[in-house]
Amino acid sequence: MSDRIFGAVGLLLALGYAWSALVIEESFLSDAVGPKAFPYIIAAVLALASLAIILRPDAAPHWPTLPRLLEVAAAIVVMLLYANLLPVLGFVFATALAATYLTWRLGTAPISSAVSGCLTSVGIYAVFHLVLGLSLAKGPLGF
Amino acid sequence: METFSSLADGFVIALTWQNLLLALLGCFLGTMMGALPGLGPSNGVAILIPLAFTLGLGATPSLILLTSVYYGAMYGGRISSILLNIPGDEPAMMTCLDGYPMAQQGRAGEALSLSGIASFVGAFLATWGLILLAPQLVKIALLFGPAEYFALFTLAFATLGGVASSNQAKTAFAAALGIGLATVGVDTQTGVPRFTFGEVHLYDGIDFLVAIVGLFALSEVFLFLEHRHGDSDAKGSKVVIGRLMPSWAVVKSCIPTMLRTSFLGFLAGVLPGAGASLGSFIAYTFEKKLVDKEGTFGKGDPRGVAAPEAGNNAAAGGALVPMLALGVPGSGTTAVLLAVLLALNITPGPLLFTQQPEVVWGLIAALFIANFMLLAMNIPMIGLFTRVLLIPPRILMPIVAMVSFVGIYGISGSTFDLMVMVGFGVMGWVLRKLDVPLVPIILGTLLGNAMENNLRRAITIRNGDWTALIDSPLSIGLWSLAAIGFILPIVVGRFVKARMRRMAKDEEGSIVD
Repeated sequence: MSDRIFGAVGLLLALGYAWSALVIEESFLSDAVGPKAFPYIIAAVLALASLAIILRPDAAPHWPTLPRLLEVAAAIVVMLLYANLLPVLGFVFATALAATYLTWRLGTAPISSAVSGCLTSVGIYAVFHLVLGLSLAKGPLGF
Repeated sequence: METFSSLADGFVIALTWQNLLLALLGCFLGTMMGALPGLGPSNGVAILIPLAFTLGLGATPSLILLTSVYYGAMYGGRISSILLNIPGDEPAMMTCLDGYPMAQQGRAGEALSLSGIASFVGAFLATWGLILLAPQLVKIALLFGPAEYFALFTLAFATLGGVASSNQAKTAFAAALGIGLATVGVDTQTGVPRFTFGEVHLYDGIDFLVAIVGLFALSEVFLFLEHRHGDSDAKGSKVVIGRLMPSWAVVKSCIPTMLRTSFLGFLAGVLPGAGASLGSFIAYTFEKKLVDKEGTFGKGDPRGVAAPEAGNNAAAGGALVPMLALGVPGSGTTAVLLAVLLALNITPGPLLFTQQPEVVWGLIAALFIANFMLLAMNIPMIGLFTRVLLIPPRILMPIVAMVSFVGIYGISGSTFDLMVMVGFGVMGWVLRKLDVPLVPIILGTLLGNAMENNLRRAITIRNGDWTALIDSPLSIGLWSLAAIGFILPIVVGRFVKARMRRMAKDEEGSIVD
């Protein structure tokens, strides 16, 4: 069943892709092929592969239970938050928070997670910024 | 003779302090990444690409660093196979079969150093193979026009699933998805934006580094979160390493095995669609058929450790041949290495050998140096690497995630790219659950533009005549190979894969009782 849904999504993707190719505004200066032909070929391959997946699906994979799924969803939210908060909080704080969260959710006790998260953050800051000179996000405190 | 003088020039380039240090660092990091279950060579190289960039290294030094990581990871994969019976990466799967039984008999140290020697022999011979074969392939590749290149790219995608692929539709889907992603952005030939939906960030396309790190590294983090690998912690401490050096008699008995399997592995690496996993599989089954008269394979036969390790390391070297000579990688990790080259503004292929010989030969010399370093590192210092296995994934995976973020942010400094990377991470996770291979996606994003440009060039030269694609014997040959390469796995793929699995299972079963 998973494969059938996947194939259907793939088919929609192929249609959407082909449609977006259709509406590309061609410039008056164009080569013999133009910017649309290649995307059409790709859309066709995508559609055929999706159809094949729908017609001959593999056995369904083992999907996680709802709590595990929420776990992954929460991690995604944390990572997106991290990406957005990085310029606001600065590298060290944002990374410490994100690393602590991930370590905790992977099964470490809360206090050890906080320690590990802070060490990860400071360690990366030391190696990448202080030693290697990489410019990382600056927060209000300058680090 | 020309080859040797080029090689000597290569050594002059590689033997600077900076490059030697980078090779050492790469070997060390690579072995660690290879040893940790879950982080294979592709992941290892992917995480470190941003590092090579942000260090502001030139082309040759970055390549030296990353190929050392590649070779190192191929060496490292065996460590957890032998000690924990968990392959550090896919090619090391066959090493479990005889390595783990040896460890259980208290001969872990012997198995480790023997496999280290086998890895060395395989990689060393394969590097010679690379030197001899790549320039020949370049001569052929110089005959290629745009139409032949388009056919060659198709061949690469068609065979990427490999003989062991069980679902070619998913491979094709992945390749098309990757190529589709590559078309996002301003069209290079006419200057019109495509698939950007008015988002300015998308005008220069999706950065393939963002895609690679997201797909490989972040999806690994999600997989760990899903399974919460708490129980795999710290198993390494229970294993007794035992004596470190195998006796000369044991090494001697393995020499013919190593030589034969190196050759086989190299061939598997050069051929598109085979790669290191198949290299080690072929090497093991071949040796088992040939020398296993007493039925000791699978019960801790040293030759059963030497065969797959020589095979997979030789395949790793072999996979560099098409990558350097044609610009078409033969395996997942070489696809990631290709990304490095492209990002450094180096286009691999026949012209690389004539226009930038210092990159090619410096790299090859570095491979030799890395090999000796790895041999030196992997035998006396093996205890250090087995300690690495004690770092629990629950501490390690967050570090991997954070380093991925730092790497991408260091290159672009944009939150948008980080969000795209998280998106790719989620996509990678879902696709891995559905058994869709990720490598074709990467290769698609890398080669999509070159593929389209060659297609358009070929047809524009002929004023819009599409038959230009099948006009020369060379391109017809490439198209037929592509067709065979795509259809063959549909016929034999299920069989081969089932056999690989069954073998691994049988041997596990025999360990238990």
